[in-house]
Amino acid sequence: MTRLLKSFVFALAVGLLAATTGVADDKRNIDVLYLRIATPERPVLSNLDPIPEDLGLAGANLAIADNNTTGGFMGYQFVMETVDLGEGDLEAAQSALQGSAAPYVLLDMSADEMTSLVDGNEARLFFNIRSYDDKLRGEDCRATLLHTLPSYAMRTDALMQFVLKKRWNNLALVTGAASEDAMFADALRKSSRKFGLSIAVEEPWVLDGDLRRQAGAEVHLLTQKLGDYDVLFVADEHNDFARYLAYNTWEPRPILGGDGLRATGWNRVNEQWGAAQLQSRFRDLSGRDMQDVDYAAWVALRAVDEAQLRTNFAEIDGIRSFLLDGIELAGFKGRPLSFRNWNGQMRQPIGLTHASALVAMAPLEGFLHARNELDSLGADEPESQCTAFGE
Amino acid sequence: MRLNTCLAALIALMPATAFSDEIWVSNEKSDTVSVINVDTLEVVKEYEVGERPRGILFSNDFKYLYICASDSDSVQVLDVEAGKIIHDLPSGEDPEQFALHPNGKLLYIANEDDAVTTVVDTETHHVIAQINVGVEPEGMAVSPDGKTTITTSETTNMAHWIDTETNSIYANTLVDARPRHAEFTDDGSKLWVSSEIGGTVAVFNTSDQSQIAKIEFEITGVHPDKIQPVGVELNADNSLAYVALGPSNHVAVVDTATYEVLDYVLVGRRVWHMAFSPDGTKLFTTNGVSGDVSVVDLATNKAIKSIKVGRFPWGAVARPTN
Repeated sequence: MTRLLKSFVFALAVGLLAATTGVADDKRNIDVLYLRIATPERPVLSNLDPIPEDLGLAGANLAIADNNTTGGFMGYQFVMETVDLGEGDLEAAQSALQGSAAPYVLLDMSADEMTSLVDGNEARLFFNIRSYDDKLRGEDCRATLLHTLPSYAMRTDALMQFVLKKRWNNLALVTGAASEDAMFADALRKSSRKFGLSIAVEEPWVLDGDLRRQAGAEVHLLTQKLGDYDVLFVADEHNDFARYLAYNTWEPRPILGGDGLRATGWNRVNEQWGAAQLQSRFRDLSGRDMQDVDYAAWVALRAVDEAQLRTNFAEIDGIRSFLLDGIELAGFKGRPLSFRNWNGQMRQPIGLTHASALVAMAPLEGFLHARNELDSLGADEPESQCTAFGE
Repeated sequence: MRLNTCLAALIALMPATAFSDEIWVSNEKSDTVSVINVDTLEVVKEYEVGERPRGILFSNDFKYLYICASDSDSVQVLDVEAGKIIHDLPSGEDPEQFALHPNGKLLYIANEDDAVTTVVDTETHHVIAQINVGVEPEGMAVSPDGKTTITTSETTNMAHWIDTETNSIYANTLVDARPRHAEFTDDGSKLWVSSEIGGTVAVFNTSDQSQIAKIEFEITGVHPDKIQPVGVELNADNSLAYVALGPSNHVAVVDTATYEVLDYVLVGRRVWHMAFSPDGTKLFTTNGVSGDVSVVDLATNKAIKSIKVGRFPWGAVARPTN
């Protein structure tokens, strides 16, 4: 009997006090809702990289398995309900939310749909796992919406740190026609100014022929118009045409952004800092490689789990406060992850990768910050347009 | 010049058991184990072993080296006298670290990919038990009285206390993020656990698993995020603890009575684990990123030499020969 009691003795890291909980006859449940509204899939030229149907959800499933291993020792379990809705079905999402008592909700949908759902549901804690939109971390932020997916600005700041460090100062940009491409391009321009660079020349991507056959000719012509430059940025968030630019440019120059050197929250080539273990656990569970949206879902639920343990199962307000002001989460990226308490964005390193290796992990050495070097990526507190976290 | 070469060749040819104490180092990315002569501070031998060797330790009589060959999914046994691998032990999937019971017979192995601890009988080569533990088990230690085995799990952030008689967990202790290593004091009264991402080392009272101290580290000019404790070693009289601080490239020297950090010693890049020379005057550290071993003179707390070994040196263990 003493053994049984002992098994639930654990030292609370906060304040060094030990807490004892009884044997869990009735296991404590921590309820999670995974709410997905399908986003329109944009037709792309290549069929090589279909978007996995369980993108995001597979990461959440792995986190549930990870958390419940700990839960098995500590007498709790995460229980996740999944609601998968068709394009634009906000109404059904509203009623699914009303019908669920889950305090923690993962949002896999567009930025506008997220803000519509969060408004009027302030008693819960939401996690954005799908949208890079800087406005969601800025003027459209919500006090109960946290972001585990990095923002466009974090990704483009990582790229700009890299080119600045390389002294590749003469920048060119080709931008696709998707609205996401415009947002990424806008973030690139802002990031270039932030680091004292500028994008000297830009071209829109207007070709609509079959590039698989004529990239050699077409890309030559387009990139001739750019004149001379050091590196070519490509804003192509759906990887529609970017993959055909490499080796087809007029000047022999590196490509960054949509293809070539990409900046993401997670990539299959991450293997340092113990990441190989996470990658193989994910592959075992889902039969494919982990992507950044999967990672965002995984890390959101890992953060909730960590907060539960470190606060001795606080109520949702306590969990939110701990996430915003105390957490140091291990996330296989070499630095402790935490949340910015002025806009709810998870601080995290951004991997700069090509198809077969990690090139660098931003923030790069030398990019300092008074508070935390990770805050050299993305909107910093003084420039933040977010006021919802103010009081 | 020629004399030196001859001398080196001669030393290399001599049976390793003849004169000098040795430090054995596992090289994670070259699938080898390097042997360093403690007197000459040179690599005198290199053995090819299984894939991705990490944890290594000697049998109590130092006749056999046990090697966690993580990607070969086995624990290999190297006969030191014969200089070759004599057999593999069943180990469960992806063995990373292990600890030997004082009886010299039972190996407790952390299976990183499987969330289990495997108990293997080194004499019969049979798996005796598998114990479910947290996600990514790594740190392993057996108490000096042999009654308790510790497994730390990196993602579950716990030290699991396992009763070696029943092979069941009797307590779970929460520690800071990503625990990597566990070490008992020689009297068995305390347990040290390092937390890589938390950046701390916790010390527990083993009689009731209560936390006695939590040690934090601070190195001038090094960002706190880069201070990532991994290996922990206690000196012979247990008065000092040495903590390898990963990518901060330093080893901390901690007073075990006051838990104060006395000194930080600069070593190679990404320091993982350590081993004392058998005479206790030197500390050898494995530096994963720089691919070498730093030799620290413990009288002055200065690194006096770095020794090139294989790729990604990981584990280190001493072999006294006298």
